[in-house]
Amino acid sequence: MGFLDIDNTTKSYGAVEVLHKVDISVEKGEFLVLVGPSGCGKSTLLNMIAGLEEISSGEIRIKDQVMNGVHPSKRNIAMVFQSYALYPNMTVGQNITFGLEMHGIPKPERDKAMKEVAELLQIEQLLDRKPGALSGGQRQRVAMGRALVRDPDVFLFDEPLSNLDAKLRVDMRTEIKKLHQKLGTTIVYVTHDQIEAMTLSTRIAVMYGGYVQQLGTPQEIYDSPANIFVATFMGSPAMNVVPAKVAMDAGKPVAVVALHDGTTTSLPFSQYNMAAWNGRDIMLGIRPETITDEDAADRNSANIAHMTNRIVVTEPAGSDTFVTMTLGGKDVIARMRSDADVRPGADFPFAVNMEKAVAFDPETEMRIVP
Amino acid sequence: MSVATQDTAIRTGRVSRTLIYLVLLLFALFYMLPLYVMVVNSVKPLDEITGGGMMNLPQAFTLDPWAKAWSSAQIGVDPTGLKPYFWNSIKMVVPAVAISTVLGALNGYVLTKWRFRGDTILFGLMLFACFIPFQIVLIPMARMLGLMGLAGTTWGLVLVHVVYGIGFTTLYFRNYYAVFPTELVRAAQIDGAGFFQIFWRILLPSSGPIAVVSIIWQFTNIWNDFLFGASFAGADSQPMTVALNNLVQSSTGVKEYNVHFAGAILAALPTLLVYIVAGRYFVRGLMAGSVKG
Repeated sequence: MGFLDIDNTTKSYGAVEVLHKVDISVEKGEFLVLVGPSGCGKSTLLNMIAGLEEISSGEIRIKDQVMNGVHPSKRNIAMVFQSYALYPNMTVGQNITFGLEMHGIPKPERDKAMKEVAELLQIEQLLDRKPGALSGGQRQRVAMGRALVRDPDVFLFDEPLSNLDAKLRVDMRTEIKKLHQKLGTTIVYVTHDQIEAMTLSTRIAVMYGGYVQQLGTPQEIYDSPANIFVATFMGSPAMNVVPAKVAMDAGKPVAVVALHDGTTTSLPFSQYNMAAWNGRDIMLGIRPETITDEDAADRNSANIAHMTNRIVVTEPAGSDTFVTMTLGGKDVIARMRSDADVRPGADFPFAVNMEKAVAFDPETEMRIVP
Repeated sequence: MSVATQDTAIRTGRVSRTLIYLVLLLFALFYMLPLYVMVVNSVKPLDEITGGGMMNLPQAFTLDPWAKAWSSAQIGVDPTGLKPYFWNSIKMVVPAVAISTVLGALNGYVLTKWRFRGDTILFGLMLFACFIPFQIVLIPMARMLGLMGLAGTTWGLVLVHVVYGIGFTTLYFRNYYAVFPTELVRAAQIDGAGFFQIFWRILLPSSGPIAVVSIIWQFTNIWNDFLFGASFAGADSQPMTVALNNLVQSSTGVKEYNVHFAGAILAALPTLLVYIVAGRYFVRGLMAGSVKG
């Protein structure tokens, strides 16, 4: 039993099932991020936790209390909306205390709670302003204040940062993380931004097509993606997934991949059980940062493979330089140091950290578990 | 070359501009003419009108026609002036406008924020109310008012106007609330506000512009209505429009045109006032729903 249990929950509109048997258990103090492309059902799931959407089957429990059919205001939850949803006709102070007022809490207590929250979020000087007179970041703070003031069991965030500009988004991300560490609250957070998911969460549920594709810590999701969708969705730039063939070389399994000119190279697996796939096609997943020049190869890795391939495009990004090459007939991106001597059209010796490589079954698209 | 063209451009600009203003001025005068005739003739003694010269300014200024139209002119059988009928109209218009506006706002709220199966069909049916000609409902409505015991009363007229107005007010508020962010309603739900609290505390405070549109529209229509007033009102609930007709149509004695003019202006004043006071919100309210959607 967790703190918040989503138990075999489905959602259908008429005959169409949009969310299939979701099963997630959240512990107290956890920061769960639901991440996925638009239309994957993540917001629907959040709204079901909030009580804004009905549950078609299954159960949602908070602190072991079944929440099916319980009114949103009786669930002891608070929600921060994408548009902040601040009441335009009320001042910031009134916005923050509206929920308390509706729950019949007397004014002196409301004012005290408001002061505390305002201090915590550093919005004391804004309390008498209307939301229309605030900047995006300030509105974001007020929206969080409105959620915090009620001291709820669970916080729900619905893409709260997507309306902010890039720099402010990074700042507020840190702010939210700080707040979580300070208050130790239980949070369910919806986003389509995989970087937000990685940086904020203690656990991530990657969703696609109404299914939870994988549930795990950020590190698990990143290093051991359950399938090709998770592998390519999480991480920027995305993981390179190229067709390869398994062969045996000196008794050890290798992945045979086509280079730019049609010749092949052998990349030895770290996972020896890949021998069972000898002679079969697989999809090989390699993260961009595991393809480097020889000098930058990970010294702690026991399995660095070498290959020489032609550089097609270089994209300097300041801290790194992204290099595109053709591997297995596909564009593959490598993340190099910015001072690596790479030029388009040149042949370049790459080092591939095969310890971090993963293999997928091309039929089921599932990761081949070592 | 370039200097020459610029010069002509300015000159043609000046000429066409003068022309435009001239035409506009002419139109403005033309539209003001009826008001001018009414005002001028309402402050003349009767013999100045009957002696010809409707367009002339008064030689002897007098407010007697106004006083007479208001308090002592012959309306129907009694020399009461328009005063009691003016109050009849007020007693009818104020509740009718208030009720139909509030109901329209509630309808708009439900139709956009508490969607249910078949709500668009229901809204479509309500829109029909905007297109039903008045004459069609006269006889059924008379029967209904009779059955409800409201025949010949002010409240009967209020009911008729509310029923007729709901289609319009619902249309206004529905379209206005359709672009009102639903997330606000959801946030209020989570905050624990109920159906009417959300309406009262969240939606209504933001509904100023569209409420003004609804009020102006309803006020003008109900105040100016003649048909329902003539058909359903009793002797002591006749609205201003019917009384004005009776004043003008009165066949006894001399036709007192100056009193008629004064009476007509009196009858038109409230709608003018409402428009002057709230008019600047009118266009803003009409635009508010359409531009953003």
